[in-house]
Amino acid sequence: MAIGTGVGAAETAPVTATAVSARRFRFPRSPKIIIGLVLLGIFVLMAIFGSVLAPHDPSAHLNSTVGIPQPPSAKNLLGTTQTQQDILSQLLVGARSTLVVSFLAGVVATVLSIVIGVSAGYFGGWVDDVLSTLINVALVLPALPLLIVLAGFLSSSASADDLLVALIISLTGWAWGARVLRVQTLTLRSRDFVDSARIIGERAWRIVVFEILPSLVPIVASSFLFTVIYAIGTYTSLAFLGLISATHWSWGTMLFWAQESSAAQSHEWWWFIPPGLAVALLGTSLALLNFGIDEFINPRLRAAGLSRKVARKAGVPRRFVLGMTPVAASGRPGAGRARTMAGVAAGPGAGQ
Amino acid sequence: MRALARKTAFYVLAAVIAITLDFFIPRLMPGNAVSAVLAKLQGTQVTPAAIKALETEYGLAGHQSAWDQYVKYWENLLHGNLGVSTNYYPTSVSNVIGSGLLWTIGMVGLATVISFVLGTSLGVLVAWRRGSWLDNLLPAMTFFQAAPYFFIAILLISGFATGLHWFPALGGYDQASVIPGLSWSYISNVLDHAILPALTIVLASAAGWIVGMRNVMVTTMDEDYVLVAQAKGLPKRRVITYAARNAILPSVTGFSLAIGFVVSGALLTEIVFSYPGIGYVLQQAVVNRDFPLLQGVFLIITFAVLAANLIADLVYVLLDPRTRQEG
Repeated sequence: MAIGTGVGAAETAPVTATAVSARRFRFPRSPKIIIGLVLLGIFVLMAIFGSVLAPHDPSAHLNSTVGIPQPPSAKNLLGTTQTQQDILSQLLVGARSTLVVSFLAGVVATVLSIVIGVSAGYFGGWVDDVLSTLINVALVLPALPLLIVLAGFLSSSASADDLLVALIISLTGWAWGARVLRVQTLTLRSRDFVDSARIIGERAWRIVVFEILPSLVPIVASSFLFTVIYAIGTYTSLAFLGLISATHWSWGTMLFWAQESSAAQSHEWWWFIPPGLAVALLGTSLALLNFGIDEFINPRLRAAGLSRKVARKAGVPRRFVLGMTPVAASGRPGAGRARTMAGVAAGPGAGQ
Repeated sequence: MRALARKTAFYVLAAVIAITLDFFIPRLMPGNAVSAVLAKLQGTQVTPAAIKALETEYGLAGHQSAWDQYVKYWENLLHGNLGVSTNYYPTSVSNVIGSGLLWTIGMVGLATVISFVLGTSLGVLVAWRRGSWLDNLLPAMTFFQAAPYFFIAILLISGFATGLHWFPALGGYDQASVIPGLSWSYISNVLDHAILPALTIVLASAAGWIVGMRNVMVTTMDEDYVLVAQAKGLPKRRVITYAARNAILPSVTGFSLAIGFVVSGALLTEIVFSYPGIGYVLQQAVVNRDFPLLQGVFLIITFAVLAANLIADLVYVLLDPRTRQEG
């Protein structure tokens, strides 16, 4: 709550010149956010214009006389595959399916996590008991093996359907978000402003949508980005395993063909590096944005709140950073959030 | 202890749900998945006897009701009968899985523990030295977190196996030169083959521990008791231990959430390295459309993950006295 309204206030009503500049510009100025946004922008452009920019048909066999993958050359900027398909074209065309599936899965999973997590936190009682159990079961069941079984039964035409695949992936991706949102809703529902809305006689859905949800925006954003990262990895893994139609171009399909032809064993780096790097960089761009959001919410996570130089000038003793941060310990919105966000930031490795 | 009983009941419930999912998925997939599978199997080298076994397993032979099938399925499961593999017919699914399980537990288990210990300690260090060059590790960590396990595996093979020839690229041991047994040559050969896959898992999963531990540690270091410890002049090591001991609790809980991820990643790593573990069995099942085997592998992996979760919860109860007072 403090964050949402605080930012809004800083943007609309100028308090003092310095306060405004400090508040308004800290967020976008973070190099993590800028690098993340630029990287993500490049990939989004690739997804939109990739098939127009691609110099060749990604499935076309350009030369029937050569039987081994060709390294990058002027003719094929990123080289060719075993069957003389142009790798640059595959990379450009494959961006769309990869991004569409992962963002779609992210959206669906985030909606699911809001509905389930906020209901569990707000209504409490048996609703919470049932939904929490559901969330926890969904968290402990290993997602990839379950998805492999699910996708294994899909026909190859169904597995080329980006929407269907995104829905299936989202079924396994909503639980972390729901868990974090549930905890945060629990702490919010007993706050004064929610209590007063209840006493006025607001209906439950109105309180949830207009009082609670706005305060959850940073967490929702963070869990959305995290779910998209998860979906990218999962979709690529499924395609890599050959569970997605092998003629439906995505970065995972490219890696599938590279693995099929033992590209790593034959040192054909131009075949497996581009799609793998693309997947990793796309994930990194989203993770950087996520870090940026986390540090914005919880200033203590910033790598160095003050740089060495600034700290020395200000007379702050070296390394003795304890107790120097302006965030109050407990009872304030930042405290509960700090721990939950730490978990989201680190993804599955951290948790609460 | 009531807390423990509740935990155990939860995992039993999770297992029951997993088993039920395993039963219903092939029956509920659109377009009658089972007949599609059977159609795919016609004309392959799968024997008619195997197809008959499959028909029985999916309840197509005797026209039983869904409930009867479900009861029958549980009965088989409780007898340790996961059905018959169509690809390795007439070997049972449990035997095929059993042959891979030991490899996976050895390599993946060890790599996971190394990654946890290493990652957590590094996380403490990075948090303590906040503002130093160690902060530059964090962006690099994001890259390793975002890169799929199998991509790191491919890079390592290309670099250290086929490039530098330091380590073998494929398999669990060299079948041409050593005979399995309790000999030094066999054991060293196995270790030699395990290094790269294990390194993949450590590289890919340690990032999560580092970032997670750092973030909690940074918050913990602001607590008053750490300030007191430092103010009264305790040696730095003692102060770090005080803070780290408290900061590690979320990481232990995180361990149970991450284990599913690590196992999934490890499966893919095994596939890239053709390591003879569960991942390889899984890939064989996918490639050959061996559905009984596929479902069996899913169940075994799920049970393993649930067991690991239960252990992590028990450790948590041991570490944090507050959980013991509850209830």
